[in-house]
Amino acid sequence: MSQMNYAEAINEALHEAMQLDSSVICYGLGVTDPKAVFGTTLNLEKQFGPERVFDMPTSENAMTGVAIGAALNGIKSVMTHQRIDFFLLAMDQLVNGAAKWHYMFGSQNSVPITIRLIIGRGWGQGPTHSQNLHAWFAHIPGLKVVMPTTPEDAKGMLLASIFDPNPVIFLEHRWLHNSMGEVPDGDIRVPLGKAKIVKPGKDITLVAMSYMVIEALYASDYLEKQGVSCEIIDLRTIKPLDWEAVMGSVSKTGRLLTLDSGFSTGSVAGEIIARVSMEKFSVLKSAPARLAMPDVPEPTSPSLTKGFYIRAADVAEKIMDMMGRDPSQVRKELKEPKPHDIPGKWFKGPF
Amino acid sequence: MVYAVNNSSIENLLDLFYHMYRIRTVEEEIARRYSEGKMRCPVHLSTGQEAIPSIFALTITKGDFAVSTHRGHAHYLAKGGNLNAMIAEIYGKSTGCSKGKGGSMHLIDLNVNFMGTSAIVGNSIPVGVGLALSSKLKGTDQISCVFLGDGAVEEGVFYESVNFAAVKKLPVLFICENNLYSVYSDLSVRQPKGRSIAKMVEAMGIDMSFGNDNDILANQQLMKKAVSNVRSGNGPHFLEFSTYRWREHCGHNFDNDIGYRSQDEFLEWQVKDSLKLLESSLTKDGSDTTTKLSSIKEKIDSEVAAAFEFAEASPFPNQSEAYEGVYAKEEASK
Repeated sequence: MSQMNYAEAINEALHEAMQLDSSVICYGLGVTDPKAVFGTTLNLEKQFGPERVFDMPTSENAMTGVAIGAALNGIKSVMTHQRIDFFLLAMDQLVNGAAKWHYMFGSQNSVPITIRLIIGRGWGQGPTHSQNLHAWFAHIPGLKVVMPTTPEDAKGMLLASIFDPNPVIFLEHRWLHNSMGEVPDGDIRVPLGKAKIVKPGKDITLVAMSYMVIEALYASDYLEKQGVSCEIIDLRTIKPLDWEAVMGSVSKTGRLLTLDSGFSTGSVAGEIIARVSMEKFSVLKSAPARLAMPDVPEPTSPSLTKGFYIRAADVAEKIMDMMGRDPSQVRKELKEPKPHDIPGKWFKGPF
Repeated sequence: MVYAVNNSSIENLLDLFYHMYRIRTVEEEIARRYSEGKMRCPVHLSTGQEAIPSIFALTITKGDFAVSTHRGHAHYLAKGGNLNAMIAEIYGKSTGCSKGKGGSMHLIDLNVNFMGTSAIVGNSIPVGVGLALSSKLKGTDQISCVFLGDGAVEEGVFYESVNFAAVKKLPVLFICENNLYSVYSDLSVRQPKGRSIAKMVEAMGIDMSFGNDNDILANQQLMKKAVSNVRSGNGPHFLEFSTYRWREHCGHNFDNDIGYRSQDEFLEWQVKDSLKLLESSLTKDGSDTTTKLSSIKEKIDSEVAAAFEFAEASPFPNQSEAYEGVYAKEEASK
């Protein structure tokens, strides 16, 4: 067990996987450059050589197909892109190819590839460097979509993703790369498709993923002092989603608020509300609610992103309202951090 | 085109005839039966384009990889793919090569390293390049063959794939069958007049060769040389062949009457039909060869008839199978 940050945990998982299995390779634009994709790919080339760890042409679509082809002959590729937005060029290979291969060829072979994509918000990343498109990927049969929140889960779920026989979209929130945590040593695998109750509670179920779990925790600390007990579920995997965990918690609390770092329409948060409303209508004490990003591209200027993100105060205010309590004091006590568009003082930009 | 038949050439010519006649017979039997409505998926037939796949069949080894396109029946058969499983797949039967999940456009036979075909133009190109990367990583001498058409050359992924294959000197053989049409759009509205696809690709830093469909033996030499170069580690090679599909883009009809191409053009290509020219060369002198041809034809005719009987007699998959196989299970990855 060691203390490390999320980026270091990713790096450790990659070392572990490549050590365990010589068929694991790692590539992506910048994986061997001095910045090493926010430090996540540091020393890999040195340790495992340029055959298995390499920089690549700026060809997101073909390089996804290359991963598919290599996978058909037993190679497990971990491909990385510095932003999810770049990967949109690869939708044909991902959606028409990787996601369907196992199914459309009668389950004879599979495509064990892992695609690491970085999502985020803030600091002027703007319309095409900040998207959170997990709902898109979750919509496609055959893909697994993973969004770990803690360093421990980042390591354990990356290892599980690499050794999963299916294509896995592994989403890292840029605001989490510097978050610290205890991480077990060695080959630890956190099973995909299992949510985690990060804080048990009795009044309301708060379902979140990735960085939204952090906002949920801040909100919950505040609400605890107001006498409201939140149960926070970190989904960890968006697809397949752990419905048992969600339904079990809502059955207990009778209330549901879902948080989502993506756009509202067609969001994972909306999907959860739909399923819970259909299956658990009789246990609900109040209408379920959702807090997701508005259906608006993220603007760039810091003046335009003030109040734009879902923060702990939004969460706490909504929950007070759902509990029939007066929410008017929330914003006085839970202020939007200043500056509002960085995860902490460690983040100096530019991306 | 007349091919000299002698002791040293006859075996090869008969082998070529075997593959060309087999592909033609399969495709034409699909066309003949298609309107029965039992093959309920789009089919893209290769009638008229048999020569290149037949040369391929005689040049490549079983261990080499191949991927292909929506018009992939001929490539599947040339690579040695199981005929019964292909016809059954087109009929949507559980005995099909993709168990009824894929249809005519998703053919696979892992016994002969025929790794798949795609219904999206250009989609299988990088997959073939990835297979070549895997050969290189594993240190085998397998090459990866990527079939594509002239339309795929207009897709961005083609350039991305050729570029990566060139950067890494991967053992890829790109085989471009230029049949002049992308659905109903002819080359002149898609690519600048007078520009050679092969020369353009050569400018990207890989070797190329160009062959006309009507000289089978010359094309066979081109492909042999290309395969040997790729296998010996000289990097990827791009082969372009001009060819012509006789029937409509998708389906079983002739479509010269609908106005996108002319009957004259079609007849020109029929005159230089490689299969017919080869057959007439082989039957020119000597009844011995004629007897051999008859026996090849007879064998193939009954093989094809049996394949259709097999497909018709095979059961459909259970309805519940539609919901199975979305994810691969853990053990399948090992």
